[in-house]
Amino acid sequence: MTHVALFALDATSQMDPTTGVFLIASVIKMIAIFTLVMVGVAYTTFAERRISAWIQDRHGPNRVGPLGLFQVLADGVKNLMKEETYPGDANLTLFILAPAIAFIPAMLTWAVIPFASPLPTPWGRIDMVVADLPVGFLFTLAISSIGVYGLALAGWSSNNKYALLGGLRASAQMISYEIAMGMSTVCVLLLSGNVHLTEIIKQQSTMGWNVFLLSIAFFLFLIAAFAETNRVPFDLPEAESELIAGYHTEYSAMKFSMFPISEYAGMITASAMLVTLFFGGWDIPFTQWDNTGEFTVLKTLLTFASFAVKTLFWVFFYIWIRWTLPRFRYDQLMSLGWKVMLPIALAYVTVIATLVLALDMAGLPRDWRFGGAMFAVNAVLVVLLFFVLDRGRIVSPAYSRLDKAAVARLRAVTAARAALTTGEGA
Amino acid sequence: MAIKVKEVERPISEVSYLRATVSGLALTLKHMFDPHKVTTQYPEQRWDLSPRWRGTHRMLTTEDGKAKCVACGLCPTVCPANCIKLVPGEDEDGNRYPLVFEIDEFRCIFCGYCQEVCPEEAIHVGRHYENAEYSRDRFVYDLARLTSQTHAVCEMWDPADPKGE
Repeated sequence: MTHVALFALDATSQMDPTTGVFLIASVIKMIAIFTLVMVGVAYTTFAERRISAWIQDRHGPNRVGPLGLFQVLADGVKNLMKEETYPGDANLTLFILAPAIAFIPAMLTWAVIPFASPLPTPWGRIDMVVADLPVGFLFTLAISSIGVYGLALAGWSSNNKYALLGGLRASAQMISYEIAMGMSTVCVLLLSGNVHLTEIIKQQSTMGWNVFLLSIAFFLFLIAAFAETNRVPFDLPEAESELIAGYHTEYSAMKFSMFPISEYAGMITASAMLVTLFFGGWDIPFTQWDNTGEFTVLKTLLTFASFAVKTLFWVFFYIWIRWTLPRFRYDQLMSLGWKVMLPIALAYVTVIATLVLALDMAGLPRDWRFGGAMFAVNAVLVVLLFFVLDRGRIVSPAYSRLDKAAVARLRAVTAARAALTTGEGA
Repeated sequence: MAIKVKEVERPISEVSYLRATVSGLALTLKHMFDPHKVTTQYPEQRWDLSPRWRGTHRMLTTEDGKAKCVACGLCPTVCPANCIKLVPGEDEDGNRYPLVFEIDEFRCIFCGYCQEVCPEEAIHVGRHYENAEYSRDRFVYDLARLTSQTHAVCEMWDPADPKGE
């Protein structure tokens, strides 16, 4: 029955489903998304090992199964079988709870991310998003901030100074970059006029992808996303040369494994958010076929593929950056967040707000013409950022923060002291 | 002496963090697609050992399968690590042979003196490195084990031909 029914879709397939169908569909979507993301996480760890090996002219794990693809199973078994150790004076309740607190928010954000165009079924139209919340974007911001509790609690409950320092760094870093991240996305909300992620995707399919209209916002969001997920070059919470392993120093076996899992889940989630906000979500580029007219099964599949390809590219980008950039110094991290990214984000919001207002007053319809005008202004801003603003000032060596006069004065003082001690001055 | 920090005025293209990042990404991507990998895929690919590689020992035998050793006692004498245990024996014709010949490979420092000093070219260090065992006492190689091994042996350094040409 189902085989025939799937292709004999009548008018009901385009309408909202009944409550019962909605509930069943939601449960199925939850299980499907959870499974997909977990498999994605497992294979992202594998991809990280293979890609990092390739970048370093090595082969990487290629022994277990074809191309080493079963390596993730071996790793999983290993982590489950290993001995669990608990530090002597740890706060056990929080120590056990912390990995879960770190893991859950990374998965929870997926609830509001639309991953394909709605699927028509004989029982009504099913939105390809687990919970189509009207506050979608605010929900993701709120939830992603909770993740830091897991890291901070893990560091604190371990009763280990390095773990504590790692946890503190994680919280300081995440709070700093949360602000820049929120500010950079204000521009997206200005353009779409809505926090509903489905609406943001709709706006991008008519106006053009936000990455072209709001390149600097995209850029800030990208950097903040790296900092939020504790990835290189912002992996100071687990900087092994100074903090052993940071907040997860005392963890072992599967509880340790939960931290990498949540980190990779966070990576995938951040990539999906990046795609949703700046790369048109499930929108297929160069065609309007996917978002006009009736919904079909084929459209759902193709838009899902489009979303997956875009997300996986950004996951790859995370890995790619990891083997390209060295880790920041802690003061550079903080000054980048507070002194560079936040002012740029605020200035950019002002510019974009003015621009949107001006274009609306000029009577431009909100379609490709509006997008084109935005793109032109944006290109100028990007050139400015790359060729004028970024003169080694974004991340600078320590001495360049002193002005030249102060350096000259310091030198004069040290020279005078040296003259006194050697007796030349007397 | 005053502190001297050399300040270099660099062109923008060198100090721009964003542009440096982009060129770094290009470099790593180039390496990623570079088919040349440095890893040796060990069980399938192996190192070509030097002809003078000094690994675990081997006792050469005569055509009738007996050890060439005449139990002269030179190798235990010269051995700096004192790892060779030799008990000489003598048959009815007056030929000396080793009753016990054991080498503790854990004590051995693989200097190769035993091979250099041997007048009968009996004991050799081998061109061999896969020595893993499940227990420590398996690393004391007795005469039967030393004679039964088949791996290639070390070629000694020839002062007349120092580069081995």
